[in-house]
Amino acid sequence: MTVNRPGGPTGVDEAEDTAGPAQAGWVEQALREHDEHHDHDGPHEHGKQGAVPDREQQVLDRIDRARRRRPKVREERITMSHGAGGKSTHTLIEAIFLDAFRNPLLEPLEDAASLAVGTAQVALTTDSYVVSPLFFPGGDIGELAINGTVNDLAVSGARPLYLSAGFILEEGFPVADLTRIAASMRDAAAAAGVQIVTGDTKVVQRGKADGCYINTAGVGVLDRGAALGVAYAQPGDAIIVSGPIGDHGITIMLARGELDIEADVQSDTAPLNGLIAGLLDAVPGVRAMRDATRGGVATILNEIARAADVGVLVNEDDIPVRPEVRGAAELLGIDPMYVACEGRLVAVVPGDEADQALAALQTHPLGTHASVIGHVTSDSPGLVYLKTAFGGTRIVDLLVGDPLPRIC
Amino acid sequence: MKFVDEFRDADTAHALAAKIAALCEPGRQYKLMEVCGGHTHTIYKHGLEDYLPESVTLVHGPGCPVCVIPMGRVDDAMALASEPDVIMTSFGDMMRVPGSNGSFFDAKAAGTDIRMVYSPLDSLKIARNNPDKRVVFMAIGFETTAPSTAMTIMRAAQENLRNFSVFCNHVTIIPAIKAILDSPDLRLDGFIGPGHVSTVIGCRPYEFIARDYGKPVVTAGFEPLDILQSIYMLLAQLSEGRSEVENQYARVVPWDGNPTALKVIGETMQLRPYFEWRGLGFISHSALSVREKYAQFDAELLFHVPGVRVADPKACQCGEVLKGVLKPWECKVFGTACTPETPIGTCMVSPEGACAAYYNYGRMNRHRVKEAVTIQVGRP
Repeated sequence: MTVNRPGGPTGVDEAEDTAGPAQAGWVEQALREHDEHHDHDGPHEHGKQGAVPDREQQVLDRIDRARRRRPKVREERITMSHGAGGKSTHTLIEAIFLDAFRNPLLEPLEDAASLAVGTAQVALTTDSYVVSPLFFPGGDIGELAINGTVNDLAVSGARPLYLSAGFILEEGFPVADLTRIAASMRDAAAAAGVQIVTGDTKVVQRGKADGCYINTAGVGVLDRGAALGVAYAQPGDAIIVSGPIGDHGITIMLARGELDIEADVQSDTAPLNGLIAGLLDAVPGVRAMRDATRGGVATILNEIARAADVGVLVNEDDIPVRPEVRGAAELLGIDPMYVACEGRLVAVVPGDEADQALAALQTHPLGTHASVIGHVTSDSPGLVYLKTAFGGTRIVDLLVGDPLPRIC
Repeated sequence: MKFVDEFRDADTAHALAAKIAALCEPGRQYKLMEVCGGHTHTIYKHGLEDYLPESVTLVHGPGCPVCVIPMGRVDDAMALASEPDVIMTSFGDMMRVPGSNGSFFDAKAAGTDIRMVYSPLDSLKIARNNPDKRVVFMAIGFETTAPSTAMTIMRAAQENLRNFSVFCNHVTIIPAIKAILDSPDLRLDGFIGPGHVSTVIGCRPYEFIARDYGKPVVTAGFEPLDILQSIYMLLAQLSEGRSEVENQYARVVPWDGNPTALKVIGETMQLRPYFEWRGLGFISHSALSVREKYAQFDAELLFHVPGVRVADPKACQCGEVLKGVLKPWECKVFGTACTPETPIGTCMVSPEGACAAYYNYGRMNRHRVKEAVTIQVGRP
């Protein structure tokens, strides 16, 4: 096939023939920036045995370099994509927050920071909860606010101890609902074995918030001494999920009532500290754990590939998904791999300890459907591959923002 | 899952792949175009190309609804959305499509009232609930989505809803296929016909492709085995020297289409003399506008639409990609200046766009990955 460049004999040039169409300024800007970078792209070491890369591989290498560039927020305003947990969120965090606050404790961008306080090693985390609707099948915002923060501590290897609770309430919010949320937080804290020991309350004018937002922060003690982090993943490691994925996200989408789909699904919100304690007892060599929230399991796999500079290969047949969730996702044209969970663990364990890890998880009620979904590889660092149930292969990349339903 | 898993069975796929390989004549190259973006999505999502011999290349065609919307039209929609008291409604795919001043998402962030809907009927609901607002539905898509827009217009007329209108950007597939067939820089051996469009228009409209251009057409379904089977059917035609229109998707597509759907389109919409397609330029009789009888629901008459043409960025080669002249990765800005995060061309926006599909799912060296997958997946 002939490649016509620059421009080309058709399409692109035809636009110039007609009377002076306008130009989009931002495109020129993007291209200028691109060209500046392009000039600095030196020859790139490639492949094995110094083989001459084919043209497609050259392009792939160029893209890989572009992806490793310093992230930059291009938008002038925050869009919903910045909160979806995908590429836009990563860019925002790295370009704005990490850039402003940079320090060695923050830099790993793990779910909780690991701090030395006196002689003790402590984990600290915080999370805000803005879910809508506030009450949904399987839970509510209060339970979520406790479990989410407990899980962020637990996956960092800490024993969760104390939580704070901050409330932003909208004028007019029913006191009965707030009472219900508080009771649910009390019960969730008791179930997870943590105490809520400090808090804050603000009320904003009607229309300035959506009923009730909650922030919780948590501290836990790191008394196992094991260093955990996605950057520790090594080729040969196994990747395990603790149960069916996507339940929470699909439940929320359906609970909003915009889709007119009914399915018997409920949120999987649960505290993972018990499950994790059992896993760490059985397999002290666990390399990393994450709870799959926003962005789903796919986002975590990408975080592993990026942080450890390894490849990740997963097998679609081995990923547990409930039929109801799969059905709803299929109808909407979205991939359960990107849908949020609130009580699912993704663990990276040494390959030869995968069976022990799986056995330990499966003895806990939250881990009965745990499954090894894939392995860490040395090939194609930075990328996540999926062996599809159909028998083909494809990439599983980060999404830009929320998964959008397709037109047809 | 019933009625899904049967169409994704790996054993059947292996058997079909062997039959496909057996049909390929040594030394001959086959280029087949899947017209519909839904097919492109399926091909990449399931890694279907792993089953094809190297001599069979799939070329991704123009049937992705948002990919063919020119930038000027996005700007028009944005102008409509910023009129006083307007609520603009649109499908999710449209939200990230860049105009010359950003996308719907950007406009939404800046305070414009733009809402994502799953069906045009949702827009109608919004109109009923907001009688003091003017609700506009940004209608896009081929004959597949046109009937639901048509039904919505008729419903609005029945209810005599005065605050609802449609910004109509519906396009028709046949003139686009013809433009591709007439383009001098193209060499295709056959077409995987668009399944969803065909549920409405049927298979008859493709007969000229087989008759006048000598290219076989097989209308295909959207599961990976559907596509694999349609590739087999195309190769069988080629090896037997036939060029016919065949229907692989007969379980859904009637040969003569859906007369009711065609009737409602005809009732509410008419062909435009011409319409601009992204990358393909102006194509005559290739799009639909709201009929005069329903003028009160035509946003183009109710509002001032600037109608300023915006040139496709020079560096963007969406046109060549849409025609299958270039593979996505052969575009100069692919994956570096143009990514799903910062798309320059529309093909990079929708999951059905050839560039986005390749970037999100197919950006890899197939040979190396195949080796890695075979070794790793074999593990206990």
